[in-house]
Amino acid sequence: MQKQPLEFTVNGRRRQLLVAPYYSLLDTLRDEMQLTGTKKGCDEGDCGACTVILDGKPVTSCLVLAHSARDAEITTVEGLASPDGLHAVQQAFIEKGGLQCGYCTPGLIMAAVGFLQDNPVPSEEDVKFAIGGNLCRCTGYTKVIEAIMLAAETMREQNS
Amino acid sequence: MLRFDYLEARNLRQAISLLQRHGEDARLVAGSTDFLVRWRQGFWRPSCVVNIKGISSLRRITYSARNGLNLGALATVQAIELDPRIRRYYEALATGATSFAGVQVRNLATVGGNVCNASPAGDTLPALLAFDAQCNIAGPEGARTLPLTEFFRGPGRTALSTGEVLTGLKLPPPQPRTGSLYIKHSPRGAMDIATVGVASVLTLEDDGRTCKDARIALGAVGPVPFRASAAEAVLKGKEVTADLLAEAANEARNQATPIDDVRGSADYRKEMVEALTNRTLQYAFRMARGERLSFEEQRRLAVQTAF
Repeated sequence: MQKQPLEFTVNGRRRQLLVAPYYSLLDTLRDEMQLTGTKKGCDEGDCGACTVILDGKPVTSCLVLAHSARDAEITTVEGLASPDGLHAVQQAFIEKGGLQCGYCTPGLIMAAVGFLQDNPVPSEEDVKFAIGGNLCRCTGYTKVIEAIMLAAETMREQNS
Repeated sequence: MLRFDYLEARNLRQAISLLQRHGEDARLVAGSTDFLVRWRQGFWRPSCVVNIKGISSLRRITYSARNGLNLGALATVQAIELDPRIRRYYEALATGATSFAGVQVRNLATVGGNVCNASPAGDTLPALLAFDAQCNIAGPEGARTLPLTEFFRGPGRTALSTGEVLTGLKLPPPQPRTGSLYIKHSPRGAMDIATVGVASVLTLEDDGRTCKDARIALGAVGPVPFRASAAEAVLKGKEVTADLLAEAANEARNQATPIDDVRGSADYRKEMVEALTNRTLQYAFRMARGERLSFEEQRRLAVQTAF
C-alpha cells in the first residue's frame, strides 16, 4: 500500500506530501511533517492531547484519516504565535500556571482556541464543558479553567 | 502492522458500486471516529475503506413544521447539538448529542455513523427511536425506508445488506404539547460510554393533563437500543400523576435485559432504568406543559455520573 499524494494547508502554508492511506492526521503531522507540538496520548480519541483545528473546528487528529483532510485548513499549536508574541490563550496558560508536565497543554490550548472563537463570553460552566474531551493528570483543571477565562477576557479586549 | 487502502466516493452511486465491488473487504467510513479505534484494536480488518464524507448532499439538516426533521447521514453530532430547531422541537435528540463524547469527537462523528455502528450504548439512538425515526437507505436495488426500530439486529449488526448505505433519518413533525429529554448515566461526566441511557417523549392532550402519546427508549440495557413499549402503554390515555410515572418507570425496568460489565451490574442497571425513566418523564411532562428549560439546564441534566 503505497503512499499517496496529499495536499492541505497547515498553519497558513500550503503543503504537498506523500502519505500512507491508513495514516492518521496526527501521525502525518508528527512523523511526516515533524510538527511534534501535537501530542499522541491515547490514540483513541479519549484524551484530547492531539487536538488541532481542522477547517475551523477542534478535532482529535488521531481519529482523522489524513487523506480525508485533503484541501483542509489545519492549525496546530505551532501556528498560534505571531511575530508579535504568543497567542492570548498561550500567554494566559503561562500567567495562570495552567500547566505542569505540559503533555496535555497543546491539546488544551487548541481546544480553548476553538472554543473561544465560537463563545467569546463563556461562563466557567461553558469552559468545563468545552474541555470535557481533554485529560490532564497534573493540574486538577482549576488553573486551566482560570487561564481560559483570562484568555477570553484578553481576546475581548484585543478585539474591541 | 494492519493496513488498508483508502478510497473516496464522490457521490452515492459511486459509494454503492465501490461497496459492491469490494464486498466484505470494504468498510464505509465518514467521521471515522469509531472506525479508527476499532481498527487499531484489531476488531475490524478491512482491506479498504470507502470514505463518503465528501458527499455534501448527505450533510444537510432540514426542518419544517409540516414535514418534520430530515437528518442527512453525514450531519455531525455537533451540528445536531447546536441546531436551534432540534433544541426547540426535539430536545431529547439535542441532549443526546450534547452527552456524546467530547467536542473534538462530536465535530467529526456523524449521526449516520452512530446509527450504523449499532452500539447498544450509542448516545443519539434512544432519542432517535423515541422520535420514531425512519431510515432512508440507498442500495444497488434502489432506495428503501425502514423504521429505526427494525434497523438494529444485534450489537454492531444492522439491517443493511452489502452495497447499501444509510443516507439519512426522517423524524415526524413535533406534536403540540410535547416535551422530551435524554439522560445518560455513566461513571464519568465526560467522554464515557453510557451505563444506561433513557430518552422519553411525552405528548399531552389539550387539557394539559392527559397523556396523548408517550415514547420511551432505552440504551445500554439490551443487545440493541429499544422502545419500552409496555411502559408507554401504561401512560397512554391516562391522567399523568406521580404514581402513573412511577408505574411506567417500573414497567421500563421490567423490559430491560442488561448484562453485568465494568460499568455496572445488571441489577444496578435495572435500578437506573427505573430512576432515569421516571426522571426523564417528569421533565418531559413539565416541558409538555409549557415550561422552557434552557439548553444549559438540559445539558446539566443530560449526564448523570456515578462519582
